[in-house]
Amino acid sequence: MTGSNRHVVVAAADEIPPGGRKIVHIDGRSVGVFNLGDRYVALRNTCPHEGAPLCEGALSGALTSPRPGEYHYERRGEILRCPWHQWEFDLRTGRSWVDPERLRVRSYSVTCENDHVVLHL
Amino acid sequence: MGTMSATADAVDCDVHNAVPRLSALFPFLPDSWVDYCRETGVEGFDPAFYPPGAPLSARPGSRAGEGPPGSDPDVVRAHVLDGAGARYAILNCLYAVQALHNPDWAASMARALNDWQAATWLAADTRFRASIVVSTRDPHAAAQEIERRAGRGFVQVLLPASAPAPLGQRSYWPIYAAAEAADVPVALHPGVGGANPLSPVGWPSHYIEDYACAALTLQSQITSMVAEGVFAAHPGLQVVLLESGVTWLPSLMWRFDKNWKALRREVPWVERPPSHVIREHVLLSTTPFDAPPAIDRAWVDRFLTQLGSVRMLLHAGDYPHWHHGDAPTALLEQLSPAERELVLHGNAARVYRLPEEIGCARGH
Repeated sequence: MTGSNRHVVVAAADEIPPGGRKIVHIDGRSVGVFNLGDRYVALRNTCPHEGAPLCEGALSGALTSPRPGEYHYERRGEILRCPWHQWEFDLRTGRSWVDPERLRVRSYSVTCENDHVVLHL
Repeated sequence: MGTMSATADAVDCDVHNAVPRLSALFPFLPDSWVDYCRETGVEGFDPAFYPPGAPLSARPGSRAGEGPPGSDPDVVRAHVLDGAGARYAILNCLYAVQALHNPDWAASMARALNDWQAATWLAADTRFRASIVVSTRDPHAAAQEIERRAGRGFVQVLLPASAPAPLGQRSYWPIYAAAEAADVPVALHPGVGGANPLSPVGWPSHYIEDYACAALTLQSQITSMVAEGVFAAHPGLQVVLLESGVTWLPSLMWRFDKNWKALRREVPWVERPPSHVIREHVLLSTTPFDAPPAIDRAWVDRFLTQLGSVRMLLHAGDYPHWHHGDAPTALLEQLSPAERELVLHGNAARVYRLPEEIGCARGH
């Protein structure tokens, strides 16, 4: 994730509004770049499950429950659901909800430099 | 019973004691219900799913005396406990008071049945342990009955596998809260306690269909209990699935886990894969087991890996019933000594809080 030296401008800053996304193709890789409002994040656009275009999935919130019948819903727009099988991935970490240690999608760091969104590959 | 030596000193987790006749319960039933039974001409609540004349309903020799098989404590003791028999017998009385639609009558009959079990069975031999029979018609009354009877020989709550609604639903939770508080498991045994048949698709035409499909009801019930969050709300609760086979469980867990990955947002209180919840909270009796005709150690290894733990298995004889034709020792013969000890004693001692050592003294 870090330690790489390839920096690619993928969008103008105003091209990806908060809550928005852009899918870019670089060197044969498809990457989804998301604006979470406080920062940009980027994930490989390939679900580790069966290779679906993960970053085309719906954005939702984190749903937990302290006990049956009670729903805690927070972090709206930060949970990405795969369009094929609805598995959930945390946009900030690339980790899956159901198996965060073992099932995760590659994430990349993103910076904003001079009104440009820069992807660090 | 020469083949019993392999299971000598076991805890037999499914022995069926029977009510000899309805009037045997009258000393334990309020007068109003005694007269109600007499005046309406009710003959009894012998379960329809064990027709007394059916060849599978009773093993040879269990029809001693006048009552139905399993109704004489001395006969059951001689067949199940004495000689090379079991160290303890967990009694699951299937007298079908849960079939009554009147919740007050059902609760009164259940109370009388439990008091009759205490006076007639638990007092007869300290190696007997009994299950508290409750009706699901009034879960609060069931909870009160669990509070009243748990302990002093009553080690389990017994529910019929088919209830008026899926057993995970919240209306039943008083039963689970009471069982958890009393530190006794809840057992589900094939039987009908509502309008629903054992089959998920409607009432079958034949007796054989109920038997061949017994696992389907249990699959639906355990799925309901996990999905509704019974074990999230009652982390101390254990559920025992009786007389419905064992080998079907891995396939349910595979599917349940797979679907949970996609649909867990519906049930966010299920925070772990359902298989993990099931392995922590569910035990199954090994009669019937439902294995291929001949099993070897390689098959058992594969199965135990799929199941997840040998600690989920409870030895059972199903006396006096004689349905299955499974050799009770087929699985046991393939287990290591440590695994066999768990299936025959250790798992039951854990879930039923039985004394570690065999008790020679009669009476508490």
